[in-house]
Amino acid sequence: MTSDGAAVAATSPPGQAGTRLRMNQAIAAAIADEMRADPSVVCFGEDVAQAGGVFKTSTGLLDEFGPLRVRDTPISEMAIVGAAVGAAAAGLRPVVEVMFAEFYGVAFDPIVTQAAKLHYLSAGQLTVPMVSRGSVGAGRGFGATHSQTCETWFLATPGLKVAVASGARSAYGLLRGAIRDESPVVFLEPKALYGEREHVTTGDAAITPLGVAATLRPGADVTLVALGQMVGVALDAAERLAPAIDAEVIDLQTLLPWDRDAVVESVARTGRLVVVEENPHTGGWGTEVAAHVAATLFGRLRAPVHRVTNPDAPVPFARPLEMRFLPSAEYVAEQVTDLLEAGTLPDPWWKEVA
Amino acid sequence: MSVAETPVARREALRDDRLARYERMIEIRQVEIAIRELHAAGRAWGTTHCADGQEAVAVGIAAAARRSDVIAAGHRTHGLGLALGVTPEALLAEILGRVDGAVGGIGGSIHLTDMSVGLYHTFTIIGTQIPQAAGIALANQVLGRDDVAIALFGDGAANIGAFHEGLNLAAVWRLPVVFVCENNQYAEYTRFDAMTPIADVARRGDAYGIPWEIVDGQDADATTDAMERALASARDGGGPVLLEMKTYRFVGHSRSDRATYRPPGEADTWPDPIDVLGRRLRDEGLLDDEAAAAVEARVRDRIAAALAFAEASPEPEPAAILANVHAGGLACA
Repeated sequence: MTSDGAAVAATSPPGQAGTRLRMNQAIAAAIADEMRADPSVVCFGEDVAQAGGVFKTSTGLLDEFGPLRVRDTPISEMAIVGAAVGAAAAGLRPVVEVMFAEFYGVAFDPIVTQAAKLHYLSAGQLTVPMVSRGSVGAGRGFGATHSQTCETWFLATPGLKVAVASGARSAYGLLRGAIRDESPVVFLEPKALYGEREHVTTGDAAITPLGVAATLRPGADVTLVALGQMVGVALDAAERLAPAIDAEVIDLQTLLPWDRDAVVESVARTGRLVVVEENPHTGGWGTEVAAHVAATLFGRLRAPVHRVTNPDAPVPFARPLEMRFLPSAEYVAEQVTDLLEAGTLPDPWWKEVA
Repeated sequence: MSVAETPVARREALRDDRLARYERMIEIRQVEIAIRELHAAGRAWGTTHCADGQEAVAVGIAAAARRSDVIAAGHRTHGLGLALGVTPEALLAEILGRVDGAVGGIGGSIHLTDMSVGLYHTFTIIGTQIPQAAGIALANQVLGRDDVAIALFGDGAANIGAFHEGLNLAAVWRLPVVFVCENNQYAEYTRFDAMTPIADVARRGDAYGIPWEIVDGQDADATTDAMERALASARDGGGPVLLEMKTYRFVGHSRSDRATYRPPGEADTWPDPIDVLGRRLRDEGLLDDEAAAAVEARVRDRIAAALAFAEASPEPEPAAILANVHAGGLACA
């Protein structure tokens, strides 16, 4: 064992409440708990076994489960993901790591064109219960090609599920739910949160089924819908807005399929929707949420639906630029305040600097 | 053969029976001719990819492999499907998009699955079946099954990344998988030798430490024997094997391709695999004119009955569009 992540993965008793875990430890614990529960769960990827993952998300797995079930791979995402598809259809539940989600770019076919369609094209003869995990998002100085969320790459793909962790607690429950799901799941992990600690209750009771959003903060004036590391930003923004503005915060948790009922129910009460999204403004998933809510609650909204996003630009490297680029809690609070006070859409920050 | 014959029975019929393999090759050829006639008559929708001349590859694989030796293949599906046991009824109904098709009319000519005979799927993105077959072999290895996975692909697939990544991964993990390159000399419209700087795909096995063999793909006995050797080696823990079966596609790539790019006379330099096995069976006293005529008549009647069945099969209801999107039966938004 090379870190406290290993100690957690190897020793946490089921149902232990209140363990403070970093998100990477929670991920390793989730995989370990599923591997203990089901001998068909296997884990492979680049530097996953000996090194325990470059983000230490698989520490301790090789020691406990051995080299048959926990494997390092060549740098071959097409083969890693493609092999996961075949292995899943042939009786395993592979959990494979795609170190940075951009690497899905060279493994897009096996996810989107193969895994997502095999159940359909085989008239139900084949199922593909695989999870591919990818690190996502900005905020760590990794530059334009290692900092995207890549969330919407997968969105228009029937047959696939996409879940995004927002911290250690959601990562543990959602990942276990993803591994148990019968559909292929893309599981995205904001890399900026790997080192962040939360109280995590491990054990089967914590398993989160996919497709269900979590309302993390009740509120009456506006609904903030967020995903991934924007969930923490939205919660922080809600604290800043209180008590003048009482914001409800929803963590979608699963992007595909997203929980329409939870969002519509909330906005029907608050009358206002602000999507907080770490994506380029154009083509982000918030457009889907905004369109559905605006259409469903037509005539019942008290303000235009609003999206707080990244600008339509690649992720910059310089630290102040990267921090400006990502929606911050201050910025979200300011946007929400402007929206509620004026009743019209506030301009994004980039209108002033363009 | 009766219409009620199951895929499993059809598959088992090829085991240790070279006459049955001969008859199956004729059936494959005649079904593909019937498919082209359906298209020419405007009775079939979409496109289709035939493999006249490659029947010995399909039949050799089917004769040598167990039904639990799962096979992932490419888009030129009819011959392999029929060889593995898919019935002409199920194949033709699928091509016509009918409910009695192998996958209920949802796949069409290029997407077949029949796990009762180990036909995992026929993939249309070139080479994608290669890493997937490695994954099936991984499952065999982890779960302690002594089955071998098979990937069947064309010479065109030897130049896509999935081939190289898949072979390399299978080699470093020593997976029980047999890679079969069916080299029919053309990647769609383009000659193999114009796009591949070495004469034999099989030699690429050396780059990955994978034992390889070049096989006469027009000889059903040779393809069967080579498959048996390769499967035995992989099953016994020898790791992956790469076979290159040299064959020839007597027809164009797809429905609209009349193959005008071939040098004149080229097709005549390749023997017809049906003739190769037929002549040998006659030489061995196992086949004569009367028996050959009976085979032809049986196949003709069988295909006529299968066509009638397929054309009478109903078209799917709209609910089929939404069935099987998710294994859990998730409803649409």
